[in-house]
Amino acid sequence: MKKPAYLFLGFICLCACKFNSSNKTLPIYGNRTAVTKMVNGQVVNDTTYATIPPFKFVDQYGDSTGSQNLAGKIYVADFFFTSCPSICPIMQRNMLAVYKAYKDTPDVKIVSFTIDPKYDTPPVLKNYAEKLGVTGNSWLFLQGNRDTVYRIAEKNFLVAVSKDSTAAGGYVHQGWFVLVDKQKRVRGSYDGTDPKQVAQLIDDIKTLKAEPAAAGK
Amino acid sequence: MKMKVICSICALLVILIISCQSSDSLEFNRYYAEGSVVYQTHCQNCHGQHGEGLNGLIPPLTDSVFLRKNSDQLPCAVMFGLKGKITIGKRLFEGQMPPASGLANIEIAQALTYITNSFGNKMGIFNVEMVNGDLVKCR
Repeated sequence: MKKPAYLFLGFICLCACKFNSSNKTLPIYGNRTAVTKMVNGQVVNDTTYATIPPFKFVDQYGDSTGSQNLAGKIYVADFFFTSCPSICPIMQRNMLAVYKAYKDTPDVKIVSFTIDPKYDTPPVLKNYAEKLGVTGNSWLFLQGNRDTVYRIAEKNFLVAVSKDSTAAGGYVHQGWFVLVDKQKRVRGSYDGTDPKQVAQLIDDIKTLKAEPAAAGK
Repeated sequence: MKMKVICSICALLVILIISCQSSDSLEFNRYYAEGSVVYQTHCQNCHGQHGEGLNGLIPPLTDSVFLRKNSDQLPCAVMFGLKGKITIGKRLFEGQMPPASGLANIEIAQALTYITNSFGNKMGIFNVEMVNGDLVKCR
Protein backbone atom coordinates (compact mmCIF):
# COMPACT_ATOMS: atom_id res chain seq x y z
CA MET A 1 0.00 0.00 0.00
CA LYS A 2 2.83 2.35 0.79
CA LYS A 3 4.72 1.89 -2.46
CA PRO A 4 2.30 3.77 -4.69
CA ALA A 5 2.43 6.67 -2.28
CA TYR A 6 6.23 6.91 -2.64
CA LEU A 7 5.95 6.67 -6.38
CA PHE A 8 3.42 9.44 -6.34
CA LEU A 9 5.73 11.60 -4.24
CA GLY A 10 8.60 10.91 -6.62
CA PHE A 11 6.40 11.85 -9.55
CA ILE A 12 5.52 15.16 -7.92
CA CYS A 13 9.20 15.90 -7.31
CA LEU A 14 9.98 15.21 -10.95
CA CYS A 15 7.17 17.48 -12.03
CA ALA A 16 8.56 20.21 -9.82
CA CYS A 17 11.99 19.86 -11.41
CA LYS A 18 10.58 20.02 -14.89
CA PHE A 19 8.47 22.99 -14.01
CA ASN A 20 11.54 24.83 -12.74
CA SER A 21 13.64 24.16 -15.82
CA SER A 22 10.96 25.38 -18.19
CA ASN A 23 10.76 28.52 -16.11
CA LYS A 24 14.42 29.34 -16.72
CA THR A 25 15.11 32.90 -17.79
CA LEU A 26 18.18 34.24 -19.53
CA PRO A 27 20.17 37.12 -18.06
CA ILE A 28 20.01 40.57 -19.61
CA TYR A 29 23.44 41.94 -20.45
CA GLY A 30 24.73 45.48 -20.66
CA ASN A 31 24.38 48.56 -18.51
CA ARG A 32 21.02 49.37 -17.07
CA THR A 33 19.73 52.66 -15.77
CA ALA A 34 16.88 53.51 -13.48
CA VAL A 35 14.39 55.97 -14.86
CA THR A 36 11.76 57.80 -12.92
CA LYS A 37 8.77 58.71 -14.99
CA MET A 38 5.16 59.73 -14.61
CA VAL A 39 2.56 57.14 -15.47
CA ASN A 40 -1.07 58.19 -15.05
CA GLY A 41 -0.07 60.95 -12.69
CA GLN A 42 2.00 58.63 -10.47
CA VAL A 43 5.76 58.54 -10.08
CA VAL A 44 7.09 55.14 -11.22
CA ASN A 45 10.61 53.80 -11.09
CA ASP A 46 11.54 51.73 -14.10
CA THR A 47 14.68 50.10 -15.44
CA THR A 48 15.86 50.61 -18.99
CA TYR A 49 18.23 48.05 -20.40
CA ALA A 50 20.99 48.50 -22.92
CA THR A 51 19.70 47.81 -26.42
CA ILE A 52 21.28 47.42 -29.85
CA PRO A 53 20.99 50.84 -31.54
CA PRO A 54 19.39 51.18 -34.97
CA PHE A 55 21.60 50.28 -37.93
CA LYS A 56 21.07 50.02 -41.66
CA PHE A 57 23.34 47.93 -43.87
CA VAL A 58 23.18 46.01 -47.14
CA ASP A 59 22.52 42.26 -47.22
CA GLN A 60 23.79 39.56 -49.56
CA TYR A 61 20.93 40.23 -51.98
CA GLY A 62 21.87 43.89 -52.29
CA ASP A 63 18.82 44.97 -50.31
CA SER A 64 18.96 47.48 -47.54
CA THR A 65 18.54 45.58 -44.29
CA GLY A 66 18.85 46.74 -40.75
CA SER A 67 17.38 46.92 -37.33
CA GLN A 68 13.93 47.69 -38.76
CA ASN A 69 13.87 44.23 -40.39
CA LEU A 70 14.91 42.65 -37.10
CA ALA A 71 12.37 44.47 -34.95
CA GLY A 72 10.33 42.00 -32.92
CA LYS A 73 12.64 39.13 -33.87
CA ILE A 74 15.12 37.03 -31.95
CA TYR A 75 18.47 36.97 -33.69
CA VAL A 76 21.98 35.62 -33.37
CA ALA A 77 24.79 37.93 -34.49
CA ASP A 78 28.38 37.15 -35.34
CA PHE A 79 31.30 38.96 -36.94
CA PHE A 80 33.35 37.36 -39.70
CA PHE A 81 34.88 37.93 -43.12
CA THR A 82 34.70 35.66 -46.14
CA SER A 83 38.44 35.34 -46.70
CA CYS A 84 39.06 34.48 -43.07
CA PRO A 85 41.46 31.59 -42.65
CA SER A 86 41.37 31.20 -38.87
CA ILE A 87 38.27 30.67 -36.75
CA CYS A 88 35.53 31.63 -39.25
CA PRO A 89 35.15 28.23 -40.94
CA ILE A 90 34.54 26.50 -37.63
CA MET A 91 32.24 29.33 -36.51
CA GLN A 92 30.17 29.10 -39.68
CA ARG A 93 30.10 25.31 -39.44
CA ASN A 94 28.60 25.66 -35.96
CA MET A 95 26.29 28.48 -37.05
CA LEU A 96 24.94 26.12 -39.73
CA ALA A 97 23.55 24.03 -36.87
CA VAL A 98 21.65 27.08 -35.62
CA TYR A 99 20.50 27.80 -39.18
CA LYS A 100 19.24 24.25 -39.65
CA ALA A 101 17.37 24.37 -36.35
CA TYR A 102 15.56 27.66 -37.04
CA LYS A 103 15.51 28.32 -40.78
CA ASP A 104 11.76 27.73 -40.93
CA THR A 105 11.01 29.84 -37.87
CA PRO A 106 10.14 33.33 -39.12
CA ASP A 107 10.86 35.14 -35.85
CA VAL A 108 14.40 33.77 -35.46
CA LYS A 109 17.19 35.16 -37.66
CA ILE A 110 20.94 34.95 -37.98
CA VAL A 111 22.95 38.04 -38.84
CA SER A 112 26.61 37.83 -39.87
CA PHE A 113 28.36 41.18 -40.10
CA THR A 114 31.45 41.32 -42.27
CA ILE A 115 34.40 43.13 -40.74
CA ASP A 116 36.07 43.42 -44.16
CA PRO A 117 33.45 45.46 -46.06
CA LYS A 118 36.00 46.56 -48.64
CA TYR A 119 36.30 43.03 -50.03
CA ASP A 120 33.00 41.51 -48.88
CA THR A 121 30.56 43.22 -51.22
CA PRO A 122 26.99 41.86 -51.58
CA PRO A 123 27.93 39.65 -54.59
CA VAL A 124 30.86 38.18 -52.64
CA LEU A 125 28.59 37.61 -49.64
CA LYS A 126 25.89 36.03 -51.81
CA ASN A 127 28.40 33.68 -53.38
CA TYR A 128 29.68 32.78 -49.92
CA ALA A 129 26.15 32.16 -48.59
CA GLU A 130 25.29 29.95 -51.54
CA LYS A 131 28.42 27.89 -51.15
CA LEU A 132 27.66 27.53 -47.47
CA GLY A 133 24.25 26.20 -48.48
CA VAL A 134 22.28 29.16 -47.14
CA THR A 135 19.19 30.33 -49.02
CA GLY A 136 16.32 32.64 -48.17
CA ASN A 137 16.20 35.41 -45.63
CA SER A 138 16.70 33.64 -42.34
CA TRP A 139 20.49 34.09 -42.40
CA LEU A 140 21.60 37.55 -43.47
CA PHE A 141 25.14 38.54 -44.35
CA LEU A 142 25.54 42.27 -43.93
CA GLN A 143 28.02 44.73 -45.39
CA GLY A 144 28.10 48.07 -43.64
CA ASN A 145 30.29 51.04 -43.04
CA ARG A 146 33.48 49.75 -41.46
CA ASP A 147 33.60 52.18 -38.55
CA THR A 148 29.92 51.70 -37.75
CA VAL A 149 30.23 47.91 -37.76
CA TYR A 150 33.31 48.02 -35.53
CA ARG A 151 31.62 50.45 -33.16
CA ILE A 152 28.44 48.43 -32.68
CA ALA A 153 30.50 45.23 -32.44
CA GLU A 154 32.49 46.52 -29.52
CA LYS A 155 30.04 48.83 -27.79
CA ASN A 156 26.77 46.98 -28.26
CA PHE A 157 27.43 43.35 -29.14
CA LEU A 158 30.50 43.32 -26.89
CA VAL A 159 32.69 41.53 -29.44
CA ALA A 160 36.23 42.78 -30.00
CA VAL A 161 37.25 43.24 -33.64
CA SER A 162 40.16 45.08 -35.19
CA LYS A 163 42.31 45.33 -38.26
CA ASP A 164 45.75 43.81 -37.75
CA SER A 165 48.09 43.22 -40.64
CA THR A 166 50.12 40.75 -38.60
CA ALA A 167 47.16 38.43 -37.96
CA ALA A 168 46.24 35.66 -40.39
CA GLY A 169 43.86 37.18 -42.93
CA GLY A 170 44.53 40.73 -41.75
CA TYR A 171 41.90 41.00 -39.02
CA VAL A 172 41.53 39.81 -35.46
CA HIS A 173 38.13 39.16 -34.03
CA GLN A 174 36.43 37.11 -31.36
CA GLY A 175 34.19 34.23 -32.24
CA TRP A 176 31.20 35.09 -30.07
CA PHE A 177 27.67 34.31 -31.15
CA VAL A 178 25.51 37.00 -29.56
CA LEU A 179 21.87 36.29 -28.79
CA VAL A 180 19.55 39.29 -29.04
CA ASP A 181 15.92 39.20 -27.92
CA LYS A 182 12.80 40.76 -29.43
CA GLN A 183 13.39 43.92 -27.38
CA LYS A 184 16.91 44.31 -28.87
CA ARG A 185 18.62 43.36 -25.61
CA VAL A 186 21.68 41.10 -25.49
CA ARG A 187 20.66 37.91 -23.69
CA GLY A 188 23.63 35.63 -24.22
CA SER A 189 27.10 35.23 -25.65
CA TYR A 190 28.42 31.87 -26.81
CA ASP A 191 31.80 30.71 -28.04
CA GLY A 192 31.10 30.05 -31.73
CA THR A 193 34.03 27.68 -31.98
CA ASP A 194 32.66 25.33 -29.32
CA PRO A 195 29.87 22.98 -30.50
CA LYS A 196 28.70 22.47 -26.89
CA GLN A 197 28.09 26.18 -26.35
CA VAL A 198 26.36 26.41 -29.70
CA ALA A 199 24.04 23.58 -28.65
CA GLN A 200 23.31 25.62 -25.52
CA LEU A 201 22.53 28.60 -27.75
CA ILE A 202 20.05 26.55 -29.78
CA ASP A 203 18.42 25.55 -26.51
CA ASP A 204 18.40 29.09 -25.13
CA ILE A 205 16.60 30.39 -28.23
CA LYS A 206 13.75 28.05 -27.27
CA THR A 207 13.70 29.58 -23.79
CA LEU A 208 13.67 33.04 -25.28
CA LYS A 209 10.85 32.15 -27.66
CA ALA A 210 8.76 30.95 -24.73
CA GLU A 211 9.33 34.18 -22.83
CA PRO A 212 6.21 36.34 -22.59
CA ALA A 213 6.55 39.56 -24.56
CA ALA A 214 6.32 41.78 -21.49
CA ALA A 215 8.91 39.88 -19.42
CA GLY A 216 11.64 41.95 -17.87
CA LYS A 217 9.94 45.25 -18.61
CA MET B 1 70.90 -32.61 -38.80
CA LYS B 2 70.24 -31.01 -42.18
CA MET B 3 66.57 -30.79 -41.36
CA LYS B 4 67.35 -28.91 -38.15
CA VAL B 5 69.52 -26.32 -39.95
CA ILE B 6 66.86 -25.70 -42.58
CA CYS B 7 64.20 -25.39 -39.93
CA SER B 8 66.18 -22.93 -37.87
CA ILE B 9 67.02 -20.85 -40.96
CA CYS B 10 63.34 -20.78 -41.85
CA ALA B 11 62.42 -19.77 -38.33
CA LEU B 12 65.01 -17.02 -38.41
CA LEU B 13 63.67 -15.75 -41.72
CA VAL B 14 60.11 -15.70 -40.38
CA ILE B 15 61.23 -13.78 -37.29
CA LEU B 16 63.16 -11.35 -39.45
CA ILE B 17 60.17 -10.69 -41.72
CA ILE B 18 57.82 -10.24 -38.78
CA SER B 19 60.17 -7.84 -37.05
CA CYS B 20 60.66 -5.84 -40.25
CA GLN B 21 56.92 -5.52 -40.67
CA SER B 22 56.42 -4.45 -37.12
CA SER B 23 59.11 -1.79 -37.37
CA ASP B 24 57.40 -0.55 -40.54
CA SER B 25 54.04 -0.44 -38.87
CA LEU B 26 55.67 1.11 -35.84
CA GLU B 27 56.95 3.95 -38.01
CA PHE B 28 53.53 4.28 -39.64
CA ASN B 29 51.83 4.43 -36.26
CA ARG B 30 54.25 7.07 -35.09
CA TYR B 31 53.63 9.23 -38.18
CA TYR B 32 49.89 8.72 -37.94
CA ALA B 33 49.66 9.60 -34.25
CA GLU B 34 51.83 12.71 -34.59
CA GLY B 35 49.94 13.60 -37.75
CA SER B 36 46.60 13.63 -35.99
CA VAL B 37 47.93 16.35 -33.67
CA VAL B 38 49.32 18.42 -36.57
CA TYR B 39 45.98 18.00 -38.34
CA GLN B 40 44.05 19.19 -35.31
CA THR B 41 46.09 22.35 -34.94
CA HIS B 42 46.61 23.30 -38.59
CA CYS B 43 43.91 21.69 -40.75
CA GLN B 44 40.85 20.77 -38.73
CA ASN B 45 39.47 24.29 -38.38
CA CYS B 46 38.64 24.38 -42.06
CA HIS B 47 38.57 20.76 -43.19
CA GLY B 48 36.67 19.52 -40.16
CA GLN B 49 37.09 16.78 -37.62
CA HIS B 50 36.11 14.10 -40.10
CA GLY B 51 37.70 15.71 -43.16
CA GLU B 52 34.25 16.70 -44.33
CA GLY B 53 35.18 20.23 -45.43
CA LEU B 54 32.50 22.93 -45.34
CA ASN B 55 29.78 22.50 -47.96
CA GLY B 56 30.77 24.33 -51.15
CA LEU B 57 33.34 26.53 -49.46
CA ILE B 58 36.05 24.17 -48.30
CA PRO B 59 36.72 20.87 -50.07
CA PRO B 60 36.54 17.60 -48.13
CA LEU B 61 39.56 15.33 -47.75
CA THR B 62 37.57 12.22 -48.51
CA ASP B 63 38.19 11.96 -52.26
CA SER B 64 40.64 9.05 -52.28
CA VAL B 65 40.98 9.08 -56.05
CA PHE B 66 42.02 12.73 -56.07
CA LEU B 67 44.49 12.23 -53.22
CA ARG B 68 46.08 9.21 -54.89
CA LYS B 69 46.30 10.92 -58.28
CA ASN B 70 47.80 14.11 -56.87
CA SER B 71 49.80 12.64 -54.05
CA ASP B 72 53.07 14.22 -55.22
CA GLN B 73 51.38 17.65 -55.18
CA LEU B 74 50.07 17.36 -51.63
CA PRO B 75 53.23 18.55 -49.80
CA CYS B 76 53.37 21.67 -52.03
CA ALA B 77 49.68 22.40 -51.34
CA VAL B 78 50.22 22.22 -47.61
CA MET B 79 53.46 24.22 -47.66
CA PHE B 80 52.47 26.98 -50.12
CA GLY B 81 48.67 26.87 -50.14
CA LEU B 82 46.34 26.54 -53.11
CA LYS B 83 44.60 29.06 -55.32
CA GLY B 84 42.07 28.83 -58.13
CA LYS B 85 39.67 26.15 -59.30
CA ILE B 86 39.84 22.57 -58.14
CA THR B 87 37.47 19.66 -58.69
CA ILE B 88 37.09 17.31 -55.78
CA GLY B 89 34.46 14.60 -55.49
CA LYS B 90 32.79 15.84 -58.71
CA ARG B 91 32.34 19.29 -57.18
CA LEU B 92 34.09 22.45 -58.28
CA PHE B 93 35.73 24.52 -55.58
CA GLU B 94 37.11 27.98 -56.08
CA GLY B 95 38.99 29.94 -53.53
CA GLN B 96 42.15 29.99 -51.61
CA MET B 97 43.83 27.72 -49.16
CA PRO B 98 46.32 29.58 -46.99
CA PRO B 99 49.82 28.11 -46.65
CA ALA B 100 50.44 26.22 -43.43
CA SER B 101 53.47 28.35 -42.80
CA GLY B 102 55.94 27.33 -40.20
CA LEU B 103 55.45 23.59 -40.59
CA ALA B 104 58.59 21.46 -40.79
CA ASN B 105 58.83 18.86 -43.55
CA ILE B 106 58.44 16.09 -41.03
CA GLU B 107 55.22 17.65 -39.74
CA ILE B 108 53.86 17.87 -43.30
CA ALA B 109 54.71 14.19 -43.74
CA GLN B 110 52.95 13.29 -40.50
CA ALA B 111 49.84 15.33 -41.37
CA LEU B 112 49.68 13.80 -44.84
CA THR B 113 50.10 10.30 -43.40
CA TYR B 114 47.16 11.04 -41.13
CA ILE B 115 44.98 12.53 -43.89
CA THR B 116 45.71 9.88 -46.50
CA ASN B 117 44.90 7.11 -44.01
CA SER B 118 41.80 8.62 -42.40
CA PHE B 119 38.35 9.66 -43.60
CA GLY B 120 38.09 6.48 -45.71
CA ASN B 121 41.51 6.91 -47.35
CA LYS B 122 44.16 4.19 -47.16
CA MET B 123 47.41 5.11 -48.86
CA GLY B 124 50.03 3.97 -46.36
CA ILE B 125 52.87 6.02 -44.99
CA PHE B 126 53.80 9.43 -46.44
CA ASN B 127 57.32 9.70 -45.10
CA VAL B 128 59.60 12.71 -44.83
CA GLU B 129 61.81 11.54 -47.73
CA MET B 130 58.78 11.64 -50.03
CA VAL B 131 57.90 15.13 -48.79
CA ASN B 132 61.49 16.35 -49.30
CA GLY B 133 61.47 14.99 -52.85
CA ASP B 134 58.09 16.49 -53.75
CA LEU B 135 58.82 19.91 -52.27
CA VAL B 136 61.81 20.39 -54.59
CA LYS B 137 59.46 20.10 -57.57
CA CYS B 138 56.82 22.61 -56.40
CA ARG B 139 55.57 24.88 -59.12
